[in-house]
Amino acid sequence: MSLHDHDHDDRDHDHPHEPLTIVGEPVAAARVRALVDLLVEKGVVGRDDVRQRIDWLVSRSPSDGARLVARSWVDPEFRQRLLADTRAAAFELDLDPGPSPVVIALENTETVHHMVVCTLCSCYPKALLGPPPDWYKDFPYRSRAVSEPRAVLEEFGVHLDADVELRVVDSTADIRYLVIPQRPSGTEALREDELAALVTRDSMIGVAIPAVPSPAAS
Amino acid sequence: MHDRGGWLTDARIDRSEHELADWEVLMDSLAGALGQKGVMNVDELRRGIEGMRPNEYETAAYYERWLYSVEAILTEKGVLAPGELDARLET
Repeated sequence: MSLHDHDHDDRDHDHPHEPLTIVGEPVAAARVRALVDLLVEKGVVGRDDVRQRIDWLVSRSPSDGARLVARSWVDPEFRQRLLADTRAAAFELDLDPGPSPVVIALENTETVHHMVVCTLCSCYPKALLGPPPDWYKDFPYRSRAVSEPRAVLEEFGVHLDADVELRVVDSTADIRYLVIPQRPSGTEALREDELAALVTRDSMIGVAIPAVPSPAAS
Repeated sequence: MHDRGGWLTDARIDRSEHELADWEVLMDSLAGALGQKGVMNVDELRRGIEGMRPNEYETAAYYERWLYSVEAILTEKGVLAPGELDARLET
């Protein structure tokens, strides 16, 4: 059944993404389309159900999470609500926090830095950040984010001082995390939407620091 | 095999990214639709992935694992007959 029949031994393990287009895509792609057709014919799912999910998935973007972060930077009361109940705070901004029962926002401070991993697989606040990047789903990050998180952060260009506590949080199917990075200094004059533009996807995973915009850089 | 947390490895993190291909979006969306319909849930999706043989798990692309799992779980539930999808692909 399924992948049992296919030989993956010719894959180059040093380049885990290449099989997607060279070996994996044609076989798996045709199989997925046939599976959808079959399930639609059987009445298990409707084609519109699948189409709606596609529309939902391709409309997900880190810009939604960035709006939450930017609002939390300019509105301390909103920040408290975001930390207390992330789903409810997302609804306040007309954002869709997704079907996951729990999304938890974690705030980075001068003394504590959070970094998110899913050691089992790929759990991620997709509704607020879009699909996770490939490296988040691959084995090296899933292993090393736990075994040597500071070295991983250095690889991503983030240097944490030794006295900053690093908390690595492991996502599950039921609990997903969204990191609220620290607001960069020199951004006091920026509007909320300009602040949101500074908030990258990786900074909400905890592997990047929002950069100070060049006009405000000293 | 699945719980990779803390595995000692010096494997480099490959930060190259790719836009999801159409079939990957379709696979994700099918699993989501099956969840919304109550046909199978995310925990079953995980169990199906964890039922993969180790060498298959290690070498399968991300959404190939989802495909494997959805086929396995739906076959287990009797939604798909064994070999039904293969038969369809041969026609």
